[in-house]
Amino acid sequence: MAQLVWNGLFVGSFYALVALGYSMVYGVIKLLNFAHGDLYMLGAFSGFAMLGAMGGLVESQSLLALLLVLIATMAVTGMGGVALERLAYRPLRGAPRLSLLITAVGASFALEYGTRIVAGPNPRVYQVRLGGTTIHVLGARITVQQLVLVAIAIGLMFALNWLVMRSRQGRAMRAIALDPKAAQLMGIDVNAVIARTFFIGSALAGAAGVMAGGYYGKIDFLMGFIIGLKAFTAAVIGGIGNMQGTMLGGLVLGLLESFGTDLLGGEWRDVFAFGCLILFLTVRPTGLLGERVTERV
Amino acid sequence: MSAGDASQEGTPHVEPGPQAGQGAQAGQGPPVKHGPPVKPVRGRGPSVVTRLMETRYLGWIGLAIALGAPLIIATPYALNVMTSAAIFVMLAVGLNIVVGYCGLLDLGYAAFFAVGAYTGGVMAAELDIPLIATVPAVLVVTVVAGIVIGAPTLRLRSDYLAIVTLGFGEIIRICATNLEITGGPSGIYGIPGLFGDDVLTEPAAFYYLTVLIVAVAVLLAARLGRSRLGRAWRFVREDEDAAEAMGVHTYKVKLAAYIGGAVWGGMAGVLFAAHLTAISPPSFTFLWSALVLMAVVLGGMGSTPGVVVGAVFISLAPELLRDLADYRFFVFGVLLILVMIVRPQGLWPHRSQETARTAARSKEPVA
Amino acid sequence: MSERSERSGGRGGSSPHKEHSMTLLQVTDLRLSFGGVRAIDGLSFEVGEGEIVSVIGPNGAGKTSAFNCVTGFYKPIGGSVLLDGTPVTGRRPASIAGLGVSRTFQNPRLFGELSVLDNVRAGTHLWLRQSVFDALLHTPRYRRSEQEATDEAHRWLDFVGLRGERAGLVRNLPYGEQRRVEIARALARRPKLLLLDEPAAGLNHTEKAELLDLIRRIRDLGTAIALIEHDMGLVMEVSERVVVLNFGREIAVGAPAEVRRDPAVVEAYLGRDADEEELAAAREQVRGGREEVRGGTD
Repeated sequence: MAQLVWNGLFVGSFYALVALGYSMVYGVIKLLNFAHGDLYMLGAFSGFAMLGAMGGLVESQSLLALLLVLIATMAVTGMGGVALERLAYRPLRGAPRLSLLITAVGASFALEYGTRIVAGPNPRVYQVRLGGTTIHVLGARITVQQLVLVAIAIGLMFALNWLVMRSRQGRAMRAIALDPKAAQLMGIDVNAVIARTFFIGSALAGAAGVMAGGYYGKIDFLMGFIIGLKAFTAAVIGGIGNMQGTMLGGLVLGLLESFGTDLLGGEWRDVFAFGCLILFLTVRPTGLLGERVTERV
Repeated sequence: MSAGDASQEGTPHVEPGPQAGQGAQAGQGPPVKHGPPVKPVRGRGPSVVTRLMETRYLGWIGLAIALGAPLIIATPYALNVMTSAAIFVMLAVGLNIVVGYCGLLDLGYAAFFAVGAYTGGVMAAELDIPLIATVPAVLVVTVVAGIVIGAPTLRLRSDYLAIVTLGFGEIIRICATNLEITGGPSGIYGIPGLFGDDVLTEPAAFYYLTVLIVAVAVLLAARLGRSRLGRAWRFVREDEDAAEAMGVHTYKVKLAAYIGGAVWGGMAGVLFAAHLTAISPPSFTFLWSALVLMAVVLGGMGSTPGVVVGAVFISLAPELLRDLADYRFFVFGVLLILVMIVRPQGLWPHRSQETARTAARSKEPVA
Repeated sequence: MSERSERSGGRGGSSPHKEHSMTLLQVTDLRLSFGGVRAIDGLSFEVGEGEIVSVIGPNGAGKTSAFNCVTGFYKPIGGSVLLDGTPVTGRRPASIAGLGVSRTFQNPRLFGELSVLDNVRAGTHLWLRQSVFDALLHTPRYRRSEQEATDEAHRWLDFVGLRGERAGLVRNLPYGEQRRVEIARALARRPKLLLLDEPAAGLNHTEKAELLDLIRRIRDLGTAIALIEHDMGLVMEVSERVVVLNFGREIAVGAPAEVRRDPAVVEAYLGRDADEEELAAAREQVRGGREEVRGGTD
């Protein structure tokens, strides 16, 4: 039982981290960035490349190396997200929703198969493998590395929450989310804020990618597909566009999956998760913490 | 599509024009008096290309090309590729109903393809009946599948629909992998032919049969697009609120589009099962859904000839561009972005002018 | 419910307030709020069969919101909307349209990527007899109904006096013509009640004069019209009754001449300093004056 809860929370914190980027971008420009999961994949691969380049340090100080790589990767995927927005989405701002969604699918494809060209079709194995000491808490086996990863995830989420709710930047983001035109008239540089939003969201996804690489060990160019879907599910469960809701949604999804897997078996895990997505959309499309959308027209 | 603000915006400049003769006619129903006659549709002289692209005989030309292709190359491999291309055309035309006509993004279209292929394949193999006998059952199952996935999600914003269909596609694929009846990861083998085991097994014969079936499917889809329901789909795509105001039940109409897409996809699945006689889960991944979507988008959403050409291109691309094999999907992705930015209507867009035939009023006015 | 009176000769502005036998639309104590803000606060008015009723009031008075409640786009939090005696609150817009209501939008909401004819064919959607099987098999009924839809579209485009290409895309038409197409589309629905939301906005003089004529011709078909309009000249000229809104409720109802004299209206609508002469001037201007009069600017 405690093991299930811990597993759920652990996986859930990953989902939450990826879902935040989804949710932020959606909150600000109402775009479902399908390519978001692929930025997670991109993070895992650029982390892989950096670890390869670092050589000796990796052997002696694996956790420290991973932390350094984590930060560098966040910068890389962040820039990747900004480039994506600049090249693919900005030219289409104001275009019909369908065009934007299709563009996002194209971007996802380009990222996946672009990575395939560079890194090859076969899975790669991370040089750093976080295994190791286990401690027992209330009957659950918890590794120190898991704790570290969860701590990093929580730290990042708190930082983000502070940024969005307290800082000038965050206020600008929320202003654009409410009314882009008015925000522009009030002197907010809309393009810059959207670019920053993409940067932050993509950086978080990249961080999650490196962490997943370090924890699970194996990465491949399609690894972002399922996690993208899961992150969307988490965002919907919590209330897309709502930061706290999204974090909550990630944890809830992790827990649901953990218990669902226990009940139905591992092969049904994804079916169960997407089943939850459809159920939530039917019963409560605004999510747990999402605000009611005003009637249309 | 929540146009929440009814705020006044600056009213555009208006060009004054000469007043045309106006006939006021009292009485019940519409007035009978005629205004100025309809201008002839042909304004500037259309280029040869345009004329060719809009000719009435386009369908026949396409069919002739498809039927004539084996005269040029008829190796078993080529016939195999061409048969697959024809099935792919059917898929694309079906997805076009959903995406092109109705403007709903379906990213899990392969799911309906899988539902059709598996329903037909499993029934035919288990009961040892020709595939064609399973068609009624496949129809029912695909319609039900369309309703099951469409009913809860079509009330939502269109982008939610996209992701849910993506999830649905995965659900179907995982179910096919995990269930006993679908043969698990290795799938099912030895599916009887369309008309039983010994009929029409010749690759060329099967190709001709497929082309004819697909031609009918294309024709029917195009006819749907030109009907009352097809117009309603386009109204929904253009402006849901205005469509509602005109009495179009947008939810029902969207569900109809979804069911239509499901049926076309399911029938293509039956053809697929007949063609390969063996099906397995890897045939129904997201990649397939994405490829069908690309065919529709590149060709021109809502344009039947465009979608057909797009589908042929996408399915023959790996054969034509062998050297680019590794880059193919990357190029497709970039192409998708470029088309949306540069030419969102696709390479062969839906005509923007009605033909003189559809625009003409009848000779004697109906009172 | 008294007996139906004869319609006066079309000069609505000068006709006295009449009794209308059949109430087509009855709005009672309508209330609507957006997140605590009362947009409509106890609004009541009615439109009789074949009547032209104008709804006027300053910007933000709740006119368009009231239309949206009547047509089902907003769900009011209280009150009732009866159409021919049938309660329609809580119904979908499409099913309300099915009861015989058509509308235009404040900013024209046409199907931009479709042809002009297709736009008007949208109005035929509800009554066109054509099944999916007719369409798939191209039965004679399919051909007949398609021709009928096309003929109907042409007829209404003639009726509204559209100038310009009908087979081409509607977004290629100039703004004024687009407004005509929107009205034609609404008429092809063959409505009992037509709601026009600021049809004169952005039109020039000639076009306004034509609109005035058009509204009367629509009424002469037996269609009742509810009209939101800021152009006071047009309102006074064409309406049989005027409902004046302010802060989400009606502050005056009556024939144009009565409303015009109502001090509450003058104060709420035109500001403190407006007087009869200004209104008279406004009225003159519609008949060929120089400048568009926009009421309601505070």
